[in-house]
Parts: sequence; C-alpha cells; structure tokens
Amino acid sequence: MIWSGLFEHWSKRRSCAIRTGVITVGLVAGMALSGAYAQVSQPVFPSARGEQCVEPVDVMRRDHFEFLKHQRDKTVHEGIRTPRHSLAGCIDCHADKDAQGRFVPVNAKGQFCQSCHVYAAVKIDCFSCHAARPSERVSQSP
Amino acid sequence: MKIAYFQSVSSSRGYWLISAIAGVVTLAGLLGAHHMENAGHWVTGMSNQVVWGVPHVFAIFLIVAASGALNTASIASVFGRDDYKPLARLSALLAIALLSGGLAVLVLDLGRPDRLIVAMTHYNFKSIFAWNIFLYIGFMFIVGIYLWMMFEPRMNRFSARVGTAAFIWRLVLTTGTGSIFGFLVAREAFDSAVMAPLFVVMSLSFGTALTLLIGMLIFWINGAAIDPALAQKLRRLLGFFVIGVAYLVAVDHLTRLYVTGHHQLERFILVDGGIYTLLFWGVQILLGTVVPAILLLLPRFCQRGYLITAALLVVVGALAQVYVLIIGGQVFPLELFPGYSVTSTFYDGVIAHYTPSLAELALGMGGMGLAVLVTLIGVRILPFVPVQMAGENQD
Amino acid sequence: MDMKDSSPASARRTFFTQASAGVALLALAPGVRLVDLALARVQDEPASATQRWGLLVDVDRCVSGCDACVSACDTEHGLDGNERPQTDAQWIRKVDLVDNNTEHQLSLPVMCQHCEEPPCVDVCPTGASFRRADGIVLVDKHTCIGCRYCMMACPYKARSFIHEDLTGQKTHAPRGKGTVESCTLCVHRVDRGESPACVEACTDAGHEALVFGDINDRNDPLATQLAETTTRELRADLKLNTAVRYRGL
Repeated sequence: MIWSGLFEHWSKRRSCAIRTGVITVGLVAGMALSGAYAQVSQPVFPSARGEQCVEPVDVMRRDHFEFLKHQRDKTVHEGIRTPRHSLAGCIDCHADKDAQGRFVPVNAKGQFCQSCHVYAAVKIDCFSCHAARPSERVSQSP
Repeated sequence: MKIAYFQSVSSSRGYWLISAIAGVVTLAGLLGAHHMENAGHWVTGMSNQVVWGVPHVFAIFLIVAASGALNTASIASVFGRDDYKPLARLSALLAIALLSGGLAVLVLDLGRPDRLIVAMTHYNFKSIFAWNIFLYIGFMFIVGIYLWMMFEPRMNRFSARVGTAAFIWRLVLTTGTGSIFGFLVAREAFDSAVMAPLFVVMSLSFGTALTLLIGMLIFWINGAAIDPALAQKLRRLLGFFVIGVAYLVAVDHLTRLYVTGHHQLERFILVDGGIYTLLFWGVQILLGTVVPAILLLLPRFCQRGYLITAALLVVVGALAQVYVLIIGGQVFPLELFPGYSVTSTFYDGVIAHYTPSLAELALGMGGMGLAVLVTLIGVRILPFVPVQMAGENQD
Repeated sequence: MDMKDSSPASARRTFFTQASAGVALLALAPGVRLVDLALARVQDEPASATQRWGLLVDVDRCVSGCDACVSACDTEHGLDGNERPQTDAQWIRKVDLVDNNTEHQLSLPVMCQHCEEPPCVDVCPTGASFRRADGIVLVDKHTCIGCRYCMMACPYKARSFIHEDLTGQKTHAPRGKGTVESCTLCVHRVDRGESPACVEACTDAGHEALVFGDINDRNDPLATQLAETTTRELRADLKLNTAVRYRGL
C-alpha cells in the first residue's frame, strides 16, 4: 500500500513536473518567437456574487470541468439536480449585470467563462445549448 | 500458373485531368458539408419528416458498393480463379476507396460531425449502427492486410486465407448495412428480413459495375485496356447480379402486396407516388435493370461500348433504387391510427415533401469524388495495375 | 428544501392524495407551494426504478381546436421556432382524427410515449438516447452526434432534429443545433415534484384530459384509473409497453 501510494505520488509529481517543464519550454519558446511577452495579460473578469466558491479557487481553476462533467452525467441520467457543481450554479454567481441591471451572458467578451477560456485557448461549446444567464432572467433578456 | 505483373500508374495528362475533376468534386462536397454544418440542416431538403436525405443515398450506395467491389479479388483468391487475379489488387483498393467516400459523407452529414470521437468512445452494443462502425473499421483493416498479402511475395501463400476472411467479413458488413433499415420495425417500407439479402446482392451488382467502370478508367489512364476475356466474364457476372437484385426487389414488393395493411404504401411507390414511382419504374427498373440485363446477357452486345453503357446504367439505377428506398420510405407517413384520416401541424397522414438542396447534392457527389481520388492516389504510389493481363504471353 | 425524513415513494404518494397530506403539511410550510414541498424527491437521490412516470390521455375530454398543452410545452421549453414548420421542433402535437367509416371525430395529443422498450434507445449508436430508471426516455445531448437514426426508428414521430442555431434557451431546457430532442415528460419539473407543463395547462383550461402520475404506485390516481378503465397504447402491435396511454380511442 505504502509503496503503491509512494509510487503514485512520485509518478504524479513526475508527470506534473514534466508537464510544467513542457509548458515552460513552450512558453519561453513562444515568447522568444513572438516577442509578445508583455502583451499577454492575465484575464480580467467581473467578480462573483457570494462569499466564496463551492470549492477552493485553485481547485476550481484546475478541475472545474471535471466537476461539471460529473454533475452533468448525474443530472441528465439520474435526475440529481443539486446546485453545488452545476453549470447553472456557476452562472447564478458569476454572471455580471450591465448598466441597466440586466444579466450579461457569461460567455460574452470579458465575462467570467469567456475571458479565462480565451486566455487558456480552450474552446468550449457549453453555451450553444445552455443558457449563459441566470435562469430567472432568461426570458426577460433581449 | 498464369502470373500477372503489376506497376504503378505513371504521371500522364489523363491522370492529372481525372485527378483534377475528382478533386474539384470532392472540394465541392466539402464546401457543401461546411455550409450544412455552419447553417444547420435547414438549408438542406431534409426535415423532421425526411431525416435522411441525399447524402445518405450516396453514402449507402458507396458503402454497399465498397463491399461488392471486393468481389473480383474474392473470386480470384477465395474461389481460386486465377483469371480474375489481374484485377484483384485494384478491386481491393476500390473497396477501401469506396468505403472511405461513403463514410466521409455519412460523417459529414451528422448533426455534430465534430463529435466523431464520441462515436468512437461511446458504444451502445444493441445498435446496428454501432456494429456497423466496427464492421467498417474492421473491413478497412482486413482488406489492408489482404492487400499486403497480395503485394508481398513471401506473404502470397496467405492471401487465400485472408481473402476468405475478408469475403466473410464483407458478407456480414452488407448484412449489417441492410439491417440498419431491415430492423426498423416502425416503418413499413423498411421492416423486412429481405433487406439484408437484398443489400448483399445489391452490393454484388453495384460493386461489380463500379469495378468495371473505375477499372476501365484507370486502365485508360495507363494507356491499356482490360483483357477482353476478363471483361466478358465480368460482363456476364454483372448481368446475373442485376437479375438477382431484380428478383429480391420483386420478392420484397410481392410480400408487401400480399399483406393488405401494406397496400397503400405499395400503391404509393408503384402507382401514384409521382417522382418516386417514376424513379422506380423509369430509372431503377427500366434503365437500371431491364436495359442493362439485355446489354449484359445477350451475346450480340458484347462490345466494350455496350459494356460501359450497361455498367453506367446499373450505377444510375442503383442510385435511383437507394433513393426510392430511403427517401420514398420516409415520405410515406407513419400510420399511428389505422382506420382514421389524420391531420396535424406535424405532417401526420400526409406525404412529406423532399427536394434535395445543392449543398447536400454536392456532399453526396463529393463522396464519389473522394472515392475516385483515393483510388487514383493508390494506383500512383503502389503497383495496383497489371502490366499485361494474365493469359497473354509475357514470358 | 430538505426532505430527508420522507422516502421518495411516500413523498410521491402524498402528492397524489393531496387532500389528506395537505392538512398535515399546511402547518409546516406557510407561504410555500404545497405541491413543491410535498412531491420533491430528495435532491441528491437518483431517480428510482420503483417509480414509472406515465400519462393518461382521456380522448373524450380532449377538445378539438384546443392546443393549451402544445403552447404550454413550447413556452416551458422555449420552443420558439423559426416559422419553418418542416424543420421546427414539436415535442407535442395535436392530431385530429376522423373515422373513415363512421366519420366520428376525435382530437388528441401525441408526444414521446416513453416506451419501456424504446426503439430509439435500441438504435442509438452512442447510447445518447436512454431510458431513465423511472421510465422517462431522454436524449443526452452531450453524446448525441445527430445521426437521426432514432428518428427513423421512432414509431410515433415523436422526435425533432434541431436544424439551426438557437439562442435564448431556458436554463432547465438546454437545446442546440445538430442534436435530436423530444418530450422529456418535463423531467426538470418531475424532479422537483411538479407535473408536466402540458398536464398543468390542460387542467388549468378546465379539460382535465391529461393525468400524470406513477404507474407503479397502486394508490396513485393514474394507476387507479389505468386499472379501472380500458386504455390503449398507440402501435400496441409493436409491444413497446408505452407509459402514455389513451382512453376513448
């Protein structure tokens, strides 16, 4: 048990290190090639409502899609509609309001989902089907 | 034993001309598919009434023809007929090429072709569609191995055995393709055990016709002609296959004509179905069956021109047949309430309309183009085409 | 809304015998809709095979020309359409029948019949079409590749393919281009203890031609009615054991 645990730990560390290494090398190479180092800025998005997220921020940054996928299967196939890891739950807290007090879709430019996904260059197609605004307001939005 | 020597097709004006045509047709197909996926399927003639349109007609035609194209190779290695050997390699290549064309059309017509990976990772083993995914991939694989056995002299001794495996596989494959329709209990036009054998015989006919046509094209590009003796054998064979298809089509319709509940559907297809009746009698039966049967079986029409005409007519008739089967079977309404006249906002009880759009026609044709393109690339890089036909003195 | 002290089965029963349960619950939940509280399954518990949700369509009560159930469904799920009747989605439709011999006229709604042996589930290559433990037949649009084989297989023409891009979807009814969809029996409402939108609308319109409930629960009004009267399945010859039954047909 100890050995397998250690091994797992080691291999995780190792794969993590390799991944970090690859990413670092890639980034450095990218910067060197494009010279765009200064132009890549951290994503900026509106702050969420509520005290804190359903999981620690670093966990969410790394694994939010795992939570979402797990929850999605439970919801669709078993009818479990707990809000904690649901996409609707995310949107309820993270959707911003515009000057008129209307909700802005989370996938609009500069919004929560979009800004980070552009930064990470990961394309999602959640919102070709899912509402990108909190539920109560969907019908009132233009 | 007669030995055939093979070579790859060399660069020529004919080669590049045909490649360019095939390339343009394929490109048009890709553009059509792009338009369909971008705008959504409403830009096609398809609807909630006719859910499978012209792309499926071409896809099914190509997939069915693919398994039939392997015939010539099977006759050579499974049934030990050496006189078919010169065309064996090419027929195996055609099988792969036609299947690629058909599958490309099928995939590009999906609502979400971007999720092809889902189809590869999520399987419902009760679905005939899912079996077919395995059957198609397996077919490509086995035919690939089969080609290797034929190409590699040290492996030649296994080619009969692998050829037999490929032959059995292709029978299962066409049975599977036929069963996609045959197991649709809900629809009168499809729900029939005849579908599987019908598809098998269709494959023999379509595949042989395409082997003759594309084979002659490749030989023409290469500045040669198919051995007249072999052409005559294939000619007779195609004639019998055409009769075989006609027989099973007749059985299929007679079964339904006997059952009172199916009279309306039969009346629609055979008597007052407009375009579908016209396609059935005019194109499938007259042009695609009667005329080619005469041209193929009567000795007086043994010239090459008649053979090409007959094979072309078989292909045209085949497309009409698949069109009438797939589209005609869908436009005829489902009967939910026997004994009642039915009206609704969702086209219950009425014959649905279907007119293919340019985009979907292009996609379907694109599959044909891709099949020819794959064949042309194949014969260019590997020795598929015989230098001289077996039976001639070449030693 | 924590209901951990009551099992889902008993919660369900309470809904269908509101009169008795109502007395007890009224005191508990002032200001909260009785139905919501009484029927909700424990939120983190999966749908169970002890239940089988079904519908009874009383054709004698269904009024020709009334499409309250259809509009309610469209509103509930945001089925706006694009004025293209051939390709716009219809989860429920009104069908008008005239007996060929007697000219007797009937009107009734047709939707997904939530078969016990659904052909759509059999043919789906990816398993996107599935039957939930409590009998509701659904499409998992995350794995639907849009092959439309289920539409070929469905004997009831119950499914629609989404032919174009959509906007303004409802949170509880995600739908998007390139996938297939059909009546969900308002699964999102059933999961929080309500009855489907069509049933509610029919009742509100005063017709009460639709009865929703649990076929497996002997005390359920639906099960009672099914036991007491002659009902029919559509395409009974296919032996699909549908959860939607018709009376007066």
